[in-house]
Amino acid sequence: MTSTGAEVLIRALEQQGVELVFGYPGGTILPVFHSISKSNIKNVLTRNEQAAAHAANGYARVSHKVGVCIATSGPGATNLVTGLANSFLDSIPVVAITGQVKSSLVGTDAFQEVDITGITQPITKHNYLVTDANDIARVVNEAFFIASSGRPGPVLIDLPKDVAMFACSEKFFDQLDLPGYKPNYKGHAIQVKHACEALQKAKHPLIYAGGGIILAGAYQQLQTLAERISAPVVTTLMGLGAFPYEHSLFLGMPGVHGFPAANYGLCSADVILALGVRFDERVTSAVENFAPKAKIIHIDIDPAEISKNVSSHIPIVGDVKTVIEDMLKRLTPVNNQQRLNEIAELKSKNEYLQQRIQSDKLNPRQIVEKMSEILPADTLITTEVGLHQMTVAQYYRHCYPGCFLTSGGLGTMGYGLPAAIGAQMAAPKRKVVCVAGDGSLQMNLPEMATIKAQKLPIKVVLINNSCLGMVRQLEDVSYPGEDLFAIDLEGNPDFCRLAEAYGWQSYRLEKTEDIDKVLIEAFASDQPVLIDCIIDKRDYVYPMVLADDPLDKMLMP
Amino acid sequence: MRHTLSILVENRTGVLSRVAGLFSRRGYNIESLSVSTTDKKEISRMTIVVEGDQKTIEQVTKQLHKLIEVIKIYNITGEEFVERGLAMFRVIPTPENRAELMQVVDIFRGHILDFSPTSMIVEITGGEKKILAFEEALKPFGIAEVVRTGEIAMVRGGKSKNAKGENND
Ligand SMILES: Cc1ncc(C[n+]2csc(CCOP(=O)(O)OP(=O)(O)O)c2C)c(N)n1
Repeated sequence: MTSTGAEVLIRALEQQGVELVFGYPGGTILPVFHSISKSNIKNVLTRNEQAAAHAANGYARVSHKVGVCIATSGPGATNLVTGLANSFLDSIPVVAITGQVKSSLVGTDAFQEVDITGITQPITKHNYLVTDANDIARVVNEAFFIASSGRPGPVLIDLPKDVAMFACSEKFFDQLDLPGYKPNYKGHAIQVKHACEALQKAKHPLIYAGGGIILAGAYQQLQTLAERISAPVVTTLMGLGAFPYEHSLFLGMPGVHGFPAANYGLCSADVILALGVRFDERVTSAVENFAPKAKIIHIDIDPAEISKNVSSHIPIVGDVKTVIEDMLKRLTPVNNQQRLNEIAELKSKNEYLQQRIQSDKLNPRQIVEKMSEILPADTLITTEVGLHQMTVAQYYRHCYPGCFLTSGGLGTMGYGLPAAIGAQMAAPKRKVVCVAGDGSLQMNLPEMATIKAQKLPIKVVLINNSCLGMVRQLEDVSYPGEDLFAIDLEGNPDFCRLAEAYGWQSYRLEKTEDIDKVLIEAFASDQPVLIDCIIDKRDYVYPMVLADDPLDKMLMP
Repeated sequence: MRHTLSILVENRTGVLSRVAGLFSRRGYNIESLSVSTTDKKEISRMTIVVEGDQKTIEQVTKQLHKLIEVIKIYNITGEEFVERGLAMFRVIPTPENRAELMQVVDIFRGHILDFSPTSMIVEITGGEKKILAFEEALKPFGIAEVVRTGEIAMVRGGKSKNAKGENND
């Protein structure tokens, strides 16, 4: 039996368990859309391909499956780029399929031709330009395997229109031909032993855990480990939720806008156990001054992360869950009351954050804190990028792993709203709330229409300070006394009326005393709702570590 | 320090661009590069000479490993190996020093590939040092053009770094 390339593609996707794709059509991808229309796969039509790529990311993070986005050649493909870079830096498994001009035109600067495999080479884990329809089934198999194994990441498949229309055989559905790709999951036994000895001997051990814990599903192991050896835990932005916010060993998020206790903790630790993290500059600040006293044990699935930014004394390459399980077989309990007292003392430094909530003026901290109180624990929270994002990181009581979806590595404004679409499609019964800034929201604003069309009851909490707050703060502290430049969002629409134009419900929140009432009512709605919260421009996020300062030098006015 | 990496890759379009892109993107400098087929048609070998300290080379190697089409990387720098490159020089001798030039070529065991009244093309094979020494020796005669290949290398003795991806040490 023969089918067309597009039919084989769709069957290969079905074989991978794909039920849903985020796609935007166009000429060269039309044969693929035609085949989707004849299949059981649902397409969610976004309003921009970038949003399709972010939605696939949100879907992947919540469903633990590979997210799929589809675009046409040329501008469709280039619109995916930001979304793919975002998934690349946050290690999220996504497969992107792009149409390409027909093979005979490739390389001629044809209408809507771009070299998307060339463009995405540095921001995909791998990519393919398919030249023979008989390769499609194998390529799809490989793409899904590569995207979801080892350190996950995006893979792009570029499919010329004629290849999608060719007749080809349907065989070879189980093929993989990847002689050079063998992710290593098991940690080296002797290194594991060394790591355990170092931890057991440590006076001030500290666990620095990141997105790898969530990707590996290792949160229970993490908690057992921390409790076993009485070590305090800090989690990165990508790792928030991997350790219970209310736990006595939790010091918070470290870094540039980190929790005081987390930053002091990193600076004073003598052994740091780094789990599924990459020592990003947002966490380490001045890398040469990072954790000056510490011996570093670094466990990561990606060998290239080991000693890339910060040299590690005991490196272990492997799946963080498997390695922690191996460590737990060796580690004996440490019950050290003095250490627990020290941790409690360190933790008290976080009271600074609590003090910043009180104020009679409506501020984002009160709103986020109230959200924590009202929303069910399994609510999926997405954010855009800016001060509001850091406020959610600091004040939302993240208690379940995988519930907090934010753009960590790339810091992509425009991520939150489309990611909420992906999240809600993956978990139709759960509540999904996107916390947005008025700058970021406008990056993928038209997705409000997608949300309406798909009947998704997503809630947007808009922290509206009429400016690009995070950049405003940066200008303010970097060039004190000078005029602020290019941060005023004059010309903003009335967001409530805008929401209504999209068929959403809306609320405006201006006073502290209305928070309860508005949030409770809005979150109870079965419709999409936008809550426009009017905030002072000068409401900034603290602490703040200035560029190249050590972590314990925090600005706290 | 100069490192010689012998890399086995899948013989597919785009592999060279991925490898070269990785070097430029991460700020590593390729000194020389040579690519050719191996005894297996689906596998190619790249010999890359790269300058850098231990830490840089470690990162280069790990990043190269992340490329899906890279099958095996041998850093043969620390081993006994032979390396060869080929260079061609166009030289403009005068009637007076032509004989002397031919002697120099002879001393280095080079070859004369082309001979015309106004110029000569001479060829040499050898390791980096030999080629540089030869170039120095030719300079007084006036070099009009140089074309060089990247180096290729092989470990001495019975150890093969062959296309099966096996390293029988
Ligand atoms: C696509 C993109 N462009 C620019 C930036 C730089 N940037 C970081 S935060 C920020 C301001 C965000 O403003 P807003 O969304 O209103 O959030 P706020 O900081 O006011 O809470 C900007 C411009 C970015 N992160 N992403």
